[in-house]
Amino acid sequence: MKNFGISIREVDNIRVLDISGELDAHTASQLENSLKSLIDQNEICIIVNCKGLDYIASAGLGVFMAYIEDVRGMGGDIKLTNMNERVYNVFDLLGFPTLYDIHDDESEALTGFNN
Amino acid sequence: MATSNNIHSLSVEASTSQLAKVRDFVAEHAERLGLSEKEIGNIRLAVDEAYTNIIKHAYKNIPAKPVEIELGSDNSQLWISIKDEGESFDVGAYNEPDIRERIKNKQRGGMGVYLIRKLMDNVQYNRSGHMNEIRMIKHL
Repeated sequence: MKNFGISIREVDNIRVLDISGELDAHTASQLENSLKSLIDQNEICIIVNCKGLDYIASAGLGVFMAYIEDVRGMGGDIKLTNMNERVYNVFDLLGFPTLYDIHDDESEALTGFNN
Repeated sequence: MATSNNIHSLSVEASTSQLAKVRDFVAEHAERLGLSEKEIGNIRLAVDEAYTNIIKHAYKNIPAKPVEIELGSDNSQLWISIKDEGESFDVGAYNEPDIRERIKNKQRGGMGVYLIRKLMDNVQYNRSGHMNEIRMIKHL
């Protein structure tokens, strides 16, 4: 899918998903597959870096809603970082900042995991 | 009431593969009205959510079903109408989503209608014959 991209890297035993483009009901399954695959491998300390993300619809937020309980129940977390203002505004409208660990920068999320 | 002008329409089939096209269609016309980037972003998202709900709920993901999108403006407002021939949406039965509760139950969805109401100034649901219409208005 040309308007959404996802790649995974490892930093200090933390899996970092770099997502870019537009996350909507059409592209959400790609994020879901990546998250599910990590969780299946017991990789539960996950950062989703949204630096390249231009757009998100509620179908994209739904993916995070579906897995956060499982991941936290296993002792991990999904932390979100580097959102642009527009993307953050959508999370904010739905009250996500009180429920998810959202950081301005990836390094803050890494520190959060390492503490 | 002022006469509507600048009416543009787009016919698409109900498919998430058309989402980007639908968003770009409304954004292109909203831009011409001199709306701010933020307002255009809000309109893109509201239309995305409305169209996604039609695909998922009115047509239950059955492909190749028709959706008609119409956008128009006058001096005071921009309106966007999206019509489908699927199952109608019972707005009276809709409750604002409790996100915390939904996360606990590993549920997703149910956020689109809430977002549309937050993002647009006025939202109406109409049913005429076998046709549903959501009409979203943004004051200029």
